[in-house]
Amino acid sequence: MEHESLGQIFIITLLSSNFVLAMFLGLCPFLGVSGKLETAVPMGIATSFVILVASLCGYGLNLLLTHFNLEFLRLISYIVVIASTVQLVEMVMKKFSPALFRALGIYLPLITTNCAVLGVALFQTARGYDLGQSVAFSLGGGAGFTLALVLMAGVRERLKLSDVPGVMQGTALSLMLAGLLSLAFMGFAGVGVSR
Amino acid sequence: MTMSTKQVTNMEQLLEGIWKQNPVFVMVLGMCPTLAVTVSAFNALGMGVATSFVLVFSCGLISLLRKQIPKEVRIATYIVIIATFVTLVDYIIQAVSLALYDALGAFIQLIVVNCIILGRAEAHAAKNPPLPAMVNALGMGIGFTIGLLALGSVREILGAGKLFGITLFGEHFQPWVVMVLPPGGFFVLGGWLLLFAWWARRKNAGPRSPHPNPLPEGEGANVPLRGTSDKRGHHGA
Repeated sequence: MEHESLGQIFIITLLSSNFVLAMFLGLCPFLGVSGKLETAVPMGIATSFVILVASLCGYGLNLLLTHFNLEFLRLISYIVVIASTVQLVEMVMKKFSPALFRALGIYLPLITTNCAVLGVALFQTARGYDLGQSVAFSLGGGAGFTLALVLMAGVRERLKLSDVPGVMQGTALSLMLAGLLSLAFMGFAGVGVSR
Repeated sequence: MTMSTKQVTNMEQLLEGIWKQNPVFVMVLGMCPTLAVTVSAFNALGMGVATSFVLVFSCGLISLLRKQIPKEVRIATYIVIIATFVTLVDYIIQAVSLALYDALGAFIQLIVVNCIILGRAEAHAAKNPPLPAMVNALGMGIGFTIGLLALGSVREILGAGKLFGITLFGEHFQPWVVMVLPPGGFFVLGGWLLLFAWWARRKNAGPRSPHPNPLPEGEGANVPLRGTSDKRGHHGA
């Protein structure tokens, strides 16, 4: 692993290898919740928070499992930790911000099956990041997810006012849009790489 | 969900996942692995087989245990069962083909969070005896594999001029590189969905159908646009 500074990791995960548009993580909520801006933003923030917590827990767990030579349990323990974190976030949100809790509805428990959350834990393990790098990675990932979600929601809100041919409507159009966004994000390739 | 009321044969169960409820093209589930690993047909096949394996065996086990699992903790139980099989597959692939393991990377472990598996477990395996549950899961798995192959082959042919690693065209073929890059995944899947939507529309409505979805509000703003978009529609069809 080459040495990357924390800022570099953050920028690279945010832009040039954006979780949604370049690494295809978290596509289900990306296509499902990006219809409206006012749900896209809280969803992005909630997911970012879960990603951060999952990354921290995953880091600790990985140390523990490596210490006891139990690497084969990694996947199972990650997913259990993530599921309980989501449960915790849900309970905290219900207590302190019932309005937001109702606005997010079913999508909140579905964060458990968001590939981005498990993906962060798995990728940071695979790349051997230390604690600081993991935090930068998860912050960049969460911010990138939110960015993609908000951009997509903005475009789709505008699209509602335009007259789209019947065959194109629905998922096909969303996917084409995502492809164009992804193409645009490829323009960031090389940003944040030193030399 | 729909079939629990009627008596359906095993064959119909199998076909349902392959065609009528194809997870990739009809239900649009499990998008992350679908788009991420389909840069070549070989990767697509590997991913499809791995997912089918997990799908069939976890649905079988969940269906066997369906009377024992308490309702309150069922999702957590399903996830743990699925994660167990995914860990198995992860080690099996590592032992069988290291090249495939390197190509798929973390996406093998991400099978855990594939919505298709949890969806099947919750909607079908939890309510049916093991054999129908496994047949249904197998159908879904085959449907998923076909979907992945459809994407993977198109992307490999266009993006690299190959299929399963065999060069198809002469030396002068210019690869369409964007197809094996991330945007290509979105474009190819969008294209397939477009093709199916167009086909379904032709089959259902005939060629001269009226505009299906006029917007309820903002009619005035749409009038000048309508002519151009109709032209575009004809062009595509």
